[in-house]
Amino acid sequence: MTLAPERPATAPTTPTRAVNSRLSVESATDRPQRAPKTSSSLPANPAAHLTPEQIEEIGRELDAIRAEVMDSRGAKDAAYIRKVIKTQRYLEMGSRAVLLFSGVKVKGFRPAWWLGTAGLSAAKILENMEIGHNVMHGQWDWMRDPKIHSTQWEWDNASPSKQWKHSHNELHHTFTNVLGRDNDLGYGILRVDEDQPWTLFYLFQPVWHVGNALLFEYGIAAYDLELGGYLAKRKRMSAEDKAAWRTEAMEVVAKVKRQVTRDYVVHPAMSLPTGSARTTITANLVANLVRNVWTNTVIICGHFPPGIAVFEKTSIEGETRGEWYLRQMLGSGNLTGSKAMHVMTGNLSHQIEHHLFPDMPSNRYAEIAPRIRDLMDRYDLPYVTGSLAKQSASVYWKVVQLSLPNKVEGRRRRDVVLKAARHFARTGNLGRRY
Amino acid sequence: MSTSTLTRPTPPWRLRVRDGLVGLAEALTTPLVPGDYLDLISPLRAGADLRARIVSITSETADAATITLRPSRAWRGHRPGQYIRVGIDIDGVRNWRAYSLTHAPTADGTISITTKAIPEGKVSNHLVRDARPGTMVMLDQATGDFTLPAPLPEKVLFLTAGSGITPVMGMLRHYLGDLADVVHVHAAPTRSAVIFGGELRSYAAAGRIRFHEHHDDVDGILDLADLDRIVPDWHEREVWTCGPTGLLDAAEAHWAAAGLADRHHVERFRPTVIEPGEGGTVTFDRSARTIDADGGTPILDAGEDAGLLMPSGCRMGICFGCVVTLREGAVRDLRTGDLTIAEPGDDLPIQTCVNAAAGACHLDL
Repeated sequence: MTLAPERPATAPTTPTRAVNSRLSVESATDRPQRAPKTSSSLPANPAAHLTPEQIEEIGRELDAIRAEVMDSRGAKDAAYIRKVIKTQRYLEMGSRAVLLFSGVKVKGFRPAWWLGTAGLSAAKILENMEIGHNVMHGQWDWMRDPKIHSTQWEWDNASPSKQWKHSHNELHHTFTNVLGRDNDLGYGILRVDEDQPWTLFYLFQPVWHVGNALLFEYGIAAYDLELGGYLAKRKRMSAEDKAAWRTEAMEVVAKVKRQVTRDYVVHPAMSLPTGSARTTITANLVANLVRNVWTNTVIICGHFPPGIAVFEKTSIEGETRGEWYLRQMLGSGNLTGSKAMHVMTGNLSHQIEHHLFPDMPSNRYAEIAPRIRDLMDRYDLPYVTGSLAKQSASVYWKVVQLSLPNKVEGRRRRDVVLKAARHFARTGNLGRRY
Repeated sequence: MSTSTLTRPTPPWRLRVRDGLVGLAEALTTPLVPGDYLDLISPLRAGADLRARIVSITSETADAATITLRPSRAWRGHRPGQYIRVGIDIDGVRNWRAYSLTHAPTADGTISITTKAIPEGKVSNHLVRDARPGTMVMLDQATGDFTLPAPLPEKVLFLTAGSGITPVMGMLRHYLGDLADVVHVHAAPTRSAVIFGGELRSYAAAGRIRFHEHHDDVDGILDLADLDRIVPDWHEREVWTCGPTGLLDAAEAHWAAAGLADRHHVERFRPTVIEPGEGGTVTFDRSARTIDADGGTPILDAGEDAGLLMPSGCRMGICFGCVVTLREGAVRDLRTGDLTIAEPGDDLPIQTCVNAAAGACHLDL
């Protein structure tokens, strides 16, 4: 949330139909030909063949799909989210109760540990994905239930909901895959597109990537705080900005403290009577790691697999709603799988549908997916989708490939790396850019 | 129970233990609160939010029904004549409406409201026709000063019409034995449309009240000049009036003209009716600023243009970073044309970046 009026107080009120160009699928002025930057894995700009009129038409069609679903939200949808929340809470309570006996051995094996850890991992995943992420998107605000509302929800993740909503809902969803505007593109630590400039820092990005996956919730919190940017810019920041940043940092610290105390102190202490304190600690640790790796794996498949487009900063000036829709479709990728798989990914397996309509209840993405695919087929746009194994493997491979500089005719990549290494040895500067 | 806590303070060590246990439970459940889990098991327990389960729904007339509710332990009771706000989910959306309490003193702690289905009335129709026992509803504590004073007045006139009978029924059922002299004049379209008709007629037959029924379909609209004939001593009575706005306005004028305005007590069911329009004034309650906004400009832009510090985000309706509470008024979604109407007490969160004023609005900002 930002509190910054963009216009001076004296500016006259000019009544216009749509103040933000993205409120309308049509444009008041002639639109230039869209030219999304594409990864080298794609032969050409996937939307180059569309006229501005076609893009408007796509926008109208998508608006109609949105209206149809949003108008039909009802008791069944409300029952769905309540059921998921109820299931998650019983699962978490039950798993934690079982973990009170996690240290008890039966024939040299700890059944309560395995059962409780599996249940707690699933509960944490559900809480973060199908519930937390989606509630904070405002997908359930229409129910007017203050207990299931984007303004009220707090999730089991290191990043406080307020900070996450700003960096995710506002920045990532508005500026999806725009180089230099959408920091989700590699989270500031990964090079996931050839057009992100290479530096020595990225040489080790397979390590950063695995580390980020393991500690994903803390990575997200640091990222939402713009920790990297702060460290780089703090000497130039005003005292006011610094104080504001510190306040937010303290919120994160306080939240992390509460979560760590819960998982590694209070619940283990409750397990003391059965001699299960140590095993309860390991169970919580494993559940947190499982959740971190799972959410990271799902999320990297949303925007980083090959075939997904990225965009230049200048290409979104004066962007209409239709063009924004187009960018969302070309900048996202789906996952195939069973119903259970969709729920465990928080329906981010329908990343394309989610990016088109981030505030649509997640249980409805599956029903519109065939229509979105049909629309994209008709306009000859690539609908990127694949299994979790295939998509995540492609991202891991990309992370390895892009840890090296781009291949350029007449220059050996080894020389570029060595030059950067010599520069680092001389200056201590990895050349990391923010 | 509450009196004993007041006169006999809990020893400090017990308080400390209780606080410690609460703190422990909070540490176990963060980022949720213990109540989020307890609500799954016992939603009506002590300490839970004020809510209620529908126990039964009894038909009163062709289009009116009494809904009996078992409130949670947070219920603080009421004075007869008061109303409660009920929040019920219809098609997945929570709707809040105010209804008078009509039950007699009960041993089992249940309470009742009586609802008449009005044309186009989403909530009243749902309660009368579609709601089912077992459903959970949200409540607010009882409120309102349409109540009898202590000591009770000697001579009372109840003047009601339609569903305006409901708060009076709550009073009669509690105080009938203590009220010495009651005249009740009630107007309804027909005899069968009189809610609680049978019960009131039996009170009259037993000589406990004088009950005068006026049937509009037969007798025409009730003319207050007729009170001289129906209740010759009306000017000696404390009067409680409840019914449609027309009756309330006429009665207020009637008693004022007689110089007896201080004897006249009214209950207005719908203090405001919000008619959506195109554009309107937007009042930022906490900033104490009012601006004019047209029907095509998002409230976010109108507010910023007026120099207000507004929370904002994507400015296209997707990030929910600009949500502000609409305390009262109507707004229109510029993308879809959908209206959101908040009556006082509804407090609806709205996205200011995609909503324009559709009438006078009050925002909590």
